[in-house]
Amino acid sequence: MLDLKGLCAGYGQMKVLHGIDLTIEQGEIVALLGSNGAGKSTLNNNVSGIFQPTAGQILFEGQDITGLPPENVVDLGIVQVPEGRRIFPNMSIRENLELGSYRRGKPRRAENIDKVVDVFPRLEERFSQLAGTLSGGEQQMLAIGRAMMSEPRLLILDEPSLGLSPLLVEEMFSLIQRLNKQGLAIFLVEQNVMQSLEIADRAYVMENGSIVLLGEAAELIDDPDLKKSYLGL
Amino acid sequence: MEFLGFSLPSYGWSTVLGSAISGVFLGSIYALVALGLTLIYGVLHIINFAHGALLMLAMYAVYFLWSGYGIDPYLAMLIVVPGGFFFGYGLQRLVIGKASHGKDEIILLVTLGIAIVIENLSLFLFSASERSVLVPYDLDGIDLGVTYAVYPELAALGGSFLITLALWIFMTYTDTGKAIRAVAKERQGARLMGINVDHIFAVTFGIGVACVAAAASLLVPTYAVHPQVGSLFVLIAFTVVVLGGMGSFVGALVGGFLIGVTEQLGRLYLGESLGVITISVIFILVLLFRPTGLFGAKSG
Ligand SMILES: Nc1ncnc2c1ncn2[C@@H]1O[C@H](COP(=O)(O)OP(=O)(O)OP(=O)(O)O)[C@@H](O)[C@H]1O
Ligand SMILES: [Mg+2]
Repeated sequence: MLDLKGLCAGYGQMKVLHGIDLTIEQGEIVALLGSNGAGKSTLNNNVSGIFQPTAGQILFEGQDITGLPPENVVDLGIVQVPEGRRIFPNMSIRENLELGSYRRGKPRRAENIDKVVDVFPRLEERFSQLAGTLSGGEQQMLAIGRAMMSEPRLLILDEPSLGLSPLLVEEMFSLIQRLNKQGLAIFLVEQNVMQSLEIADRAYVMENGSIVLLGEAAELIDDPDLKKSYLGL
Repeated sequence: MEFLGFSLPSYGWSTVLGSAISGVFLGSIYALVALGLTLIYGVLHIINFAHGALLMLAMYAVYFLWSGYGIDPYLAMLIVVPGGFFFGYGLQRLVIGKASHGKDEIILLVTLGIAIVIENLSLFLFSASERSVLVPYDLDGIDLGVTYAVYPELAALGGSFLITLALWIFMTYTDTGKAIRAVAKERQGARLMGINVDHIFAVTFGIGVACVAAAASLLVPTYAVHPQVGSLFVLIAFTVVVLGGMGSFVGALVGGFLIGVTEQLGRLYLGESLGVITISVIFILVLLFRPTGLFGAKSG
């Protein structure tokens, strides 16, 4: 579905990504693990068209989408829930959801709002409340709900568990699993290694802008290198 | 009555009330000009120094539509408002956005540069002389008891009200209006939802200029056009925006009326030339004691 081939990217003179090869197949959960500053968000934002790669290719279902502007990436159904949520704080929950379908899924806006509310009943109670007044966990739900409004085909989640209580993290991961069961391909960017590997099909580990480890999630869980570098075992 | 040692003339309440009412009419146009300014500030986070020059340009457009084609200044709104929108859209998309490379301090200089270019070009093309539109109804009006309101004054109030209402409906209920509000506070989040931020910036700038064009139509029947006319209004509009709170819609409206009334009462008590100073005094007082304005968010 998504293919990155030798993707290089950075900010001005600073190189961040050094030739990333990565694939996501239909129906998969693929995890990207890596510590702070590894370049995970940089990768996401290059896929989403916020930044332009300096070299390499991004293919979506065989089509070259390298350098496409963000709105056209969304048109194709690649939708990102960014790190830090980036909801619209000055607008109501309802308006945030509506703007999720600014570009895609507009004809089914009302139905999709109902669907999102089924998944996140807590949002409905606060429909006309300003999004900026929501708790961190509620904001994360809204950010995911907003992305669902665009009927994504590939959902990119950038550290969805960041800042959530352990209980909410559990809830978040089981939600991701549920969305995936409905056929949605998910690219899960996380620092929460063990929980991510438990729900992912495959995973990549990134260090300093390069992929240093990849494989089936079930096998990576027992990988001694991974244990050493991330769990201190 | 005394004020800072000057003895002020004393007037009957009906004179004062009449003056205040004419301040409301004037203030409605200030509010309209300020609305465009505050919208552009709220979304693009820049102060549009070309705002006054664009008002002047729109006033000339209304004037020439009248003198050249006999089009009534109010009817001209149907031409100058869409024209102003597209002009503003193009100006932001093709000039300001491109020249500034996303750096706010450069945008400031670019809008200042545009103002200078427009003003000097107008001076060259139209000469410094004042031009006035003569409408047959400019002295007709309605007797309000305490004062006599001429039709152009009533049109200014009614027109500003309708345009503000239309803008509010647009911002509240349309996807583009919502996208404008989203971009104002969260550009990155907007981009990721597929909102083209450059387009939204240009639409916002276009709406700002359209407000100015509407104000021009409402002004021309009672106000002479000359190349410097914009600078007076833009100073007032800045004061309104600072008074109301930068980026605040309601603030622009309330501020517009407050300034209009203050200015008219200032003229009544202090005379034509000294009366205008009251605006500058308010400007400085607000900056000193309430820099966020009446409705502005507390800056963090
Ligand atoms: N907008 C930007 N401009 C300049 N440099 C940036 C920008 N965003 C990130 N960087 C730099 O790029 C490098 C990679 O950052 P990135 O945000 O991609 O890391 P990350 O893996 O997402 O980290 P985290 O887990 O902390 O979110 C860092 O050195 C960071 O300082
Ligand atoms: Mg990151």
